[in-house]
Amino acid sequence: MGLLSLSIWLPIAFGALLLATGRDDKAGTARWLALIGAVISFVVTIPLITGFDTASAALQFSENLLWIERFNVRYHLGVDGISVWFVLLTAFITIVVVVAGWEVITERVHQYMGAFLILSGLMVGVFTAADGLLFYVFFEATLIPMYIIIGIWGGKRRVYAAFKFFLYTLAGSLLMLVALTYLYYKSGGSFDIATWHKLPLGMHAQALLFFAFFAAFSVKVPMWPVHTWLPDAHVEAPTGGSVVLAAIMLKLGAYGFLRFSMPIAPDASREYAWFIIALSLIAVVYIGLVALVQQDMKKLVAYSSIAHMGFVTLGFFIFNELGVSGGLVQMISHGFVSGAMFLAIGVLYDRVHSREIATYGGVVNTMPKFAAFALFFTMANCGLPGTGGFVGEWMVILGTVKVSFWLAAIAATALIFGAAYSLWMYKRVYFGDVTNDEVRGLTDINAREFALMAVLAVATLWMGVYPKPFTDVMHASVTELLKHVALSKLQ
Amino acid sequence: MNAMNWLVVYPEALLLLMACVVALVDLFVTDERRRPTFWLTQASLVGVAAMHLAYYQGGATLYGMQNMMVGDPMGHLLAFFATCAVIITIAYAQPYIASRDMLKGEFFTLTMFVLLGICVMCSANNFLVVYLGLEIMSLSLYALVALRRDHGVSTEAAMKYFVLGALASGFLLYGLSMMYGATKSLEINEVFTAIGTGRINGSVLTFGVVFVVAGLAFKLGVVPFHMWVPDVYHGAPTAVTLLIGGAPKLAAFAITVRLLVEGMLGLAVDWQQMMVVLAVASLVIGNLAAIAQTNLKRMLAYSTISQMGFMLLGMTAGVVSGNTLSAGNAYSSAMFYAVTYVLTTLGTFGLIMYLSQAGFESDEIADYAGLAKRSPWLAGVMSIFMFSLAGLPPMVGFYAKLAILQALVTTNVASYVVLAVVAVLLSLVGAFYYLRVVKVMYFDEPAAGASVRPGQGGGVGALLAVNGAAVLVFGLLPGGLMAMCRDAILKALAT
Repeated sequence: MGLLSLSIWLPIAFGALLLATGRDDKAGTARWLALIGAVISFVVTIPLITGFDTASAALQFSENLLWIERFNVRYHLGVDGISVWFVLLTAFITIVVVVAGWEVITERVHQYMGAFLILSGLMVGVFTAADGLLFYVFFEATLIPMYIIIGIWGGKRRVYAAFKFFLYTLAGSLLMLVALTYLYYKSGGSFDIATWHKLPLGMHAQALLFFAFFAAFSVKVPMWPVHTWLPDAHVEAPTGGSVVLAAIMLKLGAYGFLRFSMPIAPDASREYAWFIIALSLIAVVYIGLVALVQQDMKKLVAYSSIAHMGFVTLGFFIFNELGVSGGLVQMISHGFVSGAMFLAIGVLYDRVHSREIATYGGVVNTMPKFAAFALFFTMANCGLPGTGGFVGEWMVILGTVKVSFWLAAIAATALIFGAAYSLWMYKRVYFGDVTNDEVRGLTDINAREFALMAVLAVATLWMGVYPKPFTDVMHASVTELLKHVALSKLQ
Repeated sequence: MNAMNWLVVYPEALLLLMACVVALVDLFVTDERRRPTFWLTQASLVGVAAMHLAYYQGGATLYGMQNMMVGDPMGHLLAFFATCAVIITIAYAQPYIASRDMLKGEFFTLTMFVLLGICVMCSANNFLVVYLGLEIMSLSLYALVALRRDHGVSTEAAMKYFVLGALASGFLLYGLSMMYGATKSLEINEVFTAIGTGRINGSVLTFGVVFVVAGLAFKLGVVPFHMWVPDVYHGAPTAVTLLIGGAPKLAAFAITVRLLVEGMLGLAVDWQQMMVVLAVASLVIGNLAAIAQTNLKRMLAYSTISQMGFMLLGMTAGVVSGNTLSAGNAYSSAMFYAVTYVLTTLGTFGLIMYLSQAGFESDEIADYAGLAKRSPWLAGVMSIFMFSLAGLPPMVGFYAKLAILQALVTTNVASYVVLAVVAVLLSLVGAFYYLRVVKVMYFDEPAAGASVRPGQGGGVGALLAVNGAAVLVFGLLPGGLMAMCRDAILKALAT
């Protein structure tokens, strides 16, 4: 078994083991088993980055076996500079989620942990699949554990949120499935993504494919105006679910744009880039304003995620290296920062059981250590230089300036809105006088929570101060992708 | 060609013989649970299945009974799957009917006759033999639906099934007689050749094919010939619902291929148009009506209607702009769809029976509230079935839908691609009500008092787990089954 297979199947095997052997009265065992599984699964992904050849744009660590002969579907895995960091990010966030749910989840612990481990393996599968159908299988299969997670351990309107999440995403994906079968036909019976990249296609076909993929990925990212499932899903999901949603699942959509839409339909991508750019800017500006008026902390961070993902899609569709790499860096740093933001909300929610901003005030007085971390992540969320959040946004804006000054100017307003909603929330929750007994009775974070916050803070800082390892790995693949997209596929 | 060649009908002969033996043996069985009858039945069926499998692996196409019957890989494969389905059905059904005082020897004998009808249909090479098989199956099923004879709803379902079924048989027979009048033959190959000459009055043929399609649509239970499906599924004892919803779907597929493809491929333009209408109407009505159901059996009935509609889509993509290049691809996709659908349906109804007790049918969706808490294994297995029916990877139902979509898209005709888009959008509607079952099991709290407890019989529980695992494993490795279906269809088309 290759490393990539291990990265996919180890967490799934641990998850299945948890589901099969877990019992409600043995929650402790389940927690430790889950932690061991998550850590081992993370450890096996480390050689992917240490052994990665940054000079090459080709797929590395490839595994290629025949899977379904009838349709020539192959179990073909591989990572390139675009996807390799996401494999690590996924495995890493899974550890965070397992630890974050340690004391908080008391009901059906083994199912909770099992669902997250299985979800983790499936998401790694999405990032590593080099076969279109294999990608689709993983992409769709992630819906099942997430649906269960939101529905069982979620808040009051969890059922509504779970259904909305599932059906929205499925609607988009099903159109992509038709697109995949069409490509299968066009390429003479192959589901190989690399073959599809080289496949010449007419403008009409490209446009249809582009919009079919757009349907799937824009819902997942999510882009305005199909973003409405996200605030509901985030608000209702348990903390761990929110973390995985924000940190990884949204990235599946953005990744899809790079892997499918742009290289398979390059002419259509260039033709309709204005469309994506327009939607991205709406997300950045309008959703930023929407975030400003939220009463609910989770909703606010959810809207801020949509705005940040607007930067990512903007960066992709300006077609220069700064933009694309910037978008990728933004995806990774957003994984850390948004994950941490949701964890912070989770810390408060576990103690007070409220997400309303108005409930709080003066938390800094009772939880000084926690407030310091929260301040750091809030700063990262609004793109303070020195944090990961800054690097990606700055690269995207710089890339956009090369294309058009005014586009960049509009995008840059996000930094203002971002600062406004993040800091204003921080002010209302943490500063000021303690006004109620619940805040007065708060206890500061314990060692477990401290460790989680610290690890994420280090990662965010590292990305902000020294992003070179990230951009170095991406460089060759991104250049290759852009070279490919610049060429016309019209016959 | 005119030889008797008994070899072809050995499995059917064994089945007939054993059905009679079982009927006789049961007279001397005093055991309340009818164990000797049960095991004798199962042993005979395993024998029949083994014979069909051996014939399938032999791979030869033989004609027998003076050309009335044909033993080709497709027929044997379908008969093999149908026999397995019946074996599983009986295993699931035995504790269910035993606890309701319905366990008489008749159940086993009639079930074997149902299977006999199915096997005859699978290997029919003559219009009359098709009809004969259909009637053997249908008459036995009518009797089985009325098994709970002191129960009003059951009896009503049986009456409805009988009257509408008889009407459908009439349609089919009328259509076949038209074809006979036009082509002067009842033999499927000869009809095919006669139509191929192009010298036959087209309007008579079209007239005939309309009636044949209507008759088949009744048997498949597709809109607008679906009225009996919800009532019969709901009213019949669950064991019999499973028997109706399982193996006969394979038979319906078999005779659709025998009559329309092997016999009337020359008229494909006509029947494909009708199929498109039937399929789309079934997808719309089946999926929308299923949303409104509160009874699980009724919901599954409407889901069956939509699933059969999806399968028929595959049948429409065989002949494109006059050439049959995509026929093998399209029909084998439909066959794979039918086989996997039956596999999933078996488990679903099996689970409903497993959870029921005497006096408690556990067929309301609300009965499943909080099942995941009390019985995580069963809830897990049920979710696998629901996700498979909804067509989500990595369950086998996904590959079935993929195969059909692929068959539609690879025709490279715009209207077929539109059809594929319509089909996926309607399957999105379908996902909603399958998910609702999962929601009830996982997200809802169990109602106080009325609780679904796992039933008796560890063997059935284990079988359910195997059934669920099969849906998942065929989902992870669907290649073998797909190849078998393709191989069987290609050989059937070659002759």
